[in-house]
Amino acid sequence: MKFIAEIDIMPLKALLDPQGKAVSSSLKNLNLSEIDNVRIGKHISLEINAPSEEVAKEKVEEACKKILANQLMESYEFELKEIN
Amino acid sequence: MKFGVITFPGSNCDQDMIYVLRDLLGNEVVELWHKDHDLHGAEFIVLPGGFSYGDYLRSGAIANYSPIMKEVIEHANNGGYVMGICNGFQILCESKLLPGTLLHNDHQKFLCRNAFIKADNNESIINRSVSTKEVLNIPIAHAEGRFFAPEEMLKEIEANHQVIYRYCNESGEVTKESNPNGSMNNIAGVCNKNRNVFGMMPHPERAADIELGNVDGLKIFESILQTVEA
Repeated sequence: MKFIAEIDIMPLKALLDPQGKAVSSSLKNLNLSEIDNVRIGKHISLEINAPSEEVAKEKVEEACKKILANQLMESYEFELKEIN
Repeated sequence: MKFGVITFPGSNCDQDMIYVLRDLLGNEVVELWHKDHDLHGAEFIVLPGGFSYGDYLRSGAIANYSPIMKEVIEHANNGGYVMGICNGFQILCESKLLPGTLLHNDHQKFLCRNAFIKADNNESIINRSVSTKEVLNIPIAHAEGRFFAPEEMLKEIEANHQVIYRYCNESGEVTKESNPNGSMNNIAGVCNKNRNVFGMMPHPERAADIELGNVDGLKIFESILQTVEA
């Protein structure tokens, strides 16, 4: 079976996100003052060959914990979909 | 003391480090490639500055899984010395050999200038012979140098005197204004609990040759050499 994982990695809420802050102030300059608290993370999509959805999920968890996210500064979440 | 300097794809301070250790200070240095699985008998491993793997994903994240890191981690766990400068520091944090991590500078700018630092204590070979009253002027060059650790980890780092150098002003005062990147507690470098693994953002190898007009960085190398050769 083949799956696709759509992974979102975000800086932890408690941490200052200087990129998000810079974009927030840029939006204000565009007269979009209604918008605030911009936070910028990463989106990663990847494909997994696995015998079941459960195994695919374990593999994505392992990839996130080992390299894709650094849990001291980031959180991650993902969605898995089976593809043909 | 035999030094080993690792080159990762994207390292750019490896030759400066080799020049200082070998040509200026007369040590034996082996040049190690990140794909090696052998430290060639080096007793003190250096991870130099640069942009390993183009800083893809996060600074140091991919280099942490370079083949040679298996031997570096074993060497460190057996009590061997390992030092990371700038990107090398980021790699050592990713590998968990050092506590904490390095976030984007709080102002989001790349910094390339001198910064004043001072030894926080004299408990590690990297600061043993550097007076805590002496202010060193050392180049920094980074976009991701904001040291961060969760509250409990930071408490432990401070309680164990694992901070090796802190950013300060010209008079040696540790102030908010003298913190170039928003690092917690003005931390410029830390070591592990066993004091055999060190990391710092400032580049002592860029301030070691009299021809370059600043030799403050030599004091850091001399501290290491005096202690290990004693």
